[in-house]
Amino acid sequence: MEFGPIWRASLRNKTGPVLMALQIALTLAVIVNAVFIIKQRIDNITRPTGMDVENIVTVQSFGFGDDFDLQESVPEDLAALESIPGVLAVTSSQHVPLSGSGWGTELAGSSEDGAPRVNGAQYFVNADAVNAFGVALESGRAFTPEDVEYPENFGVPLSRVIMTRAYLDALFPEGGAQAGATVYDNLGNPVTVIGVLDRMHGAWVGWDKLDNVMLVPRVMPVEFNYYIVRAEPGERDRVMPQVEETLLAINDRRVVKSLRTHSDIRDSSYEGDRGMAVVLAVVVGLMAMVTGVGIVGLASFAVRQRVKQIGTRRAVGARRRDIVRYFMVENWMITTIGVAVGSVLTIAVNYWMVVSFELERLDPLYVPVGILALWLLGLLGVAGPARRASAISPAIATRTV
Amino acid sequence: MFRYYLKLASRSLLATPAATSLMVATIALGIGIFMAAVTVYYLMANNPIPHKSDMLHAVQLDSWDPAQSYREGRPEQAPWELTYTDAMALRESDIPRRHAAMHKVSLVVQPTREDLKPFQTEARLTDGDFFALFDIPFVYGAAWGRDADDAGQLLVVISESRNDELFGGEDSTGKTLRINDREFTVVGVSEDWNPVPKYYDVNNGAFDEPEQIFIPSGVGRELELFSSGNTNCWKDEDINSFEEFLGAECVWWQYWVELPSAVDRDAYQAFIDAYVKEQKELGRFARPLNNRITAVEEWLEVRQVVRDDNKVLIGIAFLFLVVCLFNIVGLMLTKFLGKAPQIGIRRALGASRGAVFRQQLIEVGALGAAGGLAGLGFAWLSLKGIQQLFPGFEHLARLDLTLVGIAIASAVVTTIIAGLYPAWRVCRVPPGAYLRLQ
Repeated sequence: MEFGPIWRASLRNKTGPVLMALQIALTLAVIVNAVFIIKQRIDNITRPTGMDVENIVTVQSFGFGDDFDLQESVPEDLAALESIPGVLAVTSSQHVPLSGSGWGTELAGSSEDGAPRVNGAQYFVNADAVNAFGVALESGRAFTPEDVEYPENFGVPLSRVIMTRAYLDALFPEGGAQAGATVYDNLGNPVTVIGVLDRMHGAWVGWDKLDNVMLVPRVMPVEFNYYIVRAEPGERDRVMPQVEETLLAINDRRVVKSLRTHSDIRDSSYEGDRGMAVVLAVVVGLMAMVTGVGIVGLASFAVRQRVKQIGTRRAVGARRRDIVRYFMVENWMITTIGVAVGSVLTIAVNYWMVVSFELERLDPLYVPVGILALWLLGLLGVAGPARRASAISPAIATRTV
Repeated sequence: MFRYYLKLASRSLLATPAATSLMVATIALGIGIFMAAVTVYYLMANNPIPHKSDMLHAVQLDSWDPAQSYREGRPEQAPWELTYTDAMALRESDIPRRHAAMHKVSLVVQPTREDLKPFQTEARLTDGDFFALFDIPFVYGAAWGRDADDAGQLLVVISESRNDELFGGEDSTGKTLRINDREFTVVGVSEDWNPVPKYYDVNNGAFDEPEQIFIPSGVGRELELFSSGNTNCWKDEDINSFEEFLGAECVWWQYWVELPSAVDRDAYQAFIDAYVKEQKELGRFARPLNNRITAVEEWLEVRQVVRDDNKVLIGIAFLFLVVCLFNIVGLMLTKFLGKAPQIGIRRALGASRGAVFRQQLIEVGALGAAGGLAGLGFAWLSLKGIQQLFPGFEHLARLDLTLVGIAIASAVVTTIIAGLYPAWRVCRVPPGAYLRLQ
């Protein structure tokens, strides 16, 4: 292949090739980094929550007035909500998982002083919580109505809890902890883990301890709580309005608000991740388009400058596909220089983001994939102008000198 | 001469409509996307109270856990909030011109109007100074006084919108509003106020709507109201009553002071340091002395109100703009060198290189201006898209006059920079070369 002559020919007029290489370098840097971020955000949004999010409706009951007693109203509310046709299971809960509001706590795996503490989210729930969230019990047992406590104040120590496998493993890093394990609250009180969940997400989707969740069977002495109502598949939207009506019919000394589907709550919490992914995807698309147009433009320019040379080459025996090959090879060489510079730039941009914004380090595999994509984009861009170049008549060599 | 060049420019640009529209579209895309990213950033980083942002300060005392800092990875920071004990103690100082302890609170309002159902709403529990501190004017009445704060009197200030809704917009001062089953007396109606960012409390969303109902700080003690914002505790305390909670090492009160001069700031810093040293002797504040008073703009930076994602987007949008510019350089090179014969003749007829160069730059400037205008269209479209993606962002995604100006100016400037090389190349066309061909 005539790499040497093509290379030397491009050096005769450097502006076009230099511009194209720079454009390709920048495009590679932006596209690879953007796609990497998009991939992370999509992974975030689509990771399993452990819950039956699609079939859950949540609602807040906010009591007011001195004669409202949440602890009295909860059993009555639960019975009424459970009797709505199409409802599978109901629990009261202090907050709604994935909502961004919650109650953080700290536990330790040992009662010794200085034992490391691990953060997690706790939910004060009712007997049927495992069913109502639709979470899978890995081992141990679910709560029974006898487990549910109605403490008079916040300080009553916990006795029995259910927690996620992730939280249990974080508390016992040596592994192998099972249902029946004892953990300790911040005052050193022992708490028995009666059940272990495969997985359940907590309150704050941006938190690295999202998987550390604990369910506590109790109704706190406060004014407000939520109900988590899990409908049978396909029944959610029919059940939804009845949830509000049912609660209001029982007691009007409260405000019933925030009637929402759990999937809606989850989507709001991931709004930032989703928005970022969409914006970046649009920019990647536009960038590929602009660079593609640029390649076509610069290739056409190169062809136009060399009309006579092409004619001469054809006149002295070059075939049409030799001309096409010439431009393809030339473009490939420029793209290659571009992606070589671009790879360095890609790492630099990623480094900047890692240092300034604590983003993750780029998976190196993204770079070769990006290079392949740009080679392809380059060849596609040059194909049209190269074909037009090959259509230049050999006779042009004889017309003007 | 300028008008003649402008005429030449428009003739030249109209002669190749496809190339011209491609160039304008490329400039417009680059500028549009970049301006959309800048707009969101600019509004997020807005100074919400420019005339007194230097005087308003958030107060932090490091009452946190001796074993670890409040924020993992930010050991220099004290907790964002104060304990009840400390907030009440700081209120005794008369160094600040004004001060307000505060937290967010959930209340149930029971309107007297038959057609309105009771509703739950977020309100602000704070000192009467709050309104003067943050410059919130009153439509009717005035703020409550210090005695109401101390005694926890059941008084309330509502916003104009709430007043419209609850009292049909009339002067409601002196009237009764039922809240949490108690009779509150309306003392004032404040103008609607929506600072962006919501700088006085950035905890649960710096771009949320502010509260519209305000009650005196002492009411919380009377009605045992918890914060509906953030409450963070570190100490292993056995808390069994609201009274015990008030005395606990839990931080949940925000605290703002107005300190007009540097002298006041120094005096206040000395005051809080002395207070903490005194508390250290009582066995509290085991961490190193780290008390901070932070003015508004710095506070917004410390609290990282502008999201990292927005900074990343600005960087990426800028690189996109650069790629668009490289592209335009290529396009202009093609176009200008296509005009080489015409330029050769002009040069042969006596036009100097400088004159040709100027003429090309005017053409480039016209392209840039057209690109900037079209770019505004793209920016507007992008912002519409951003509003769709982020429903809470309505007030963060609008174009104002400054931004329109910046967009057009930056389009013209960047295009001219991109056009320098092609214009230089074309004015170096030898005058004779193209005469021979004719």
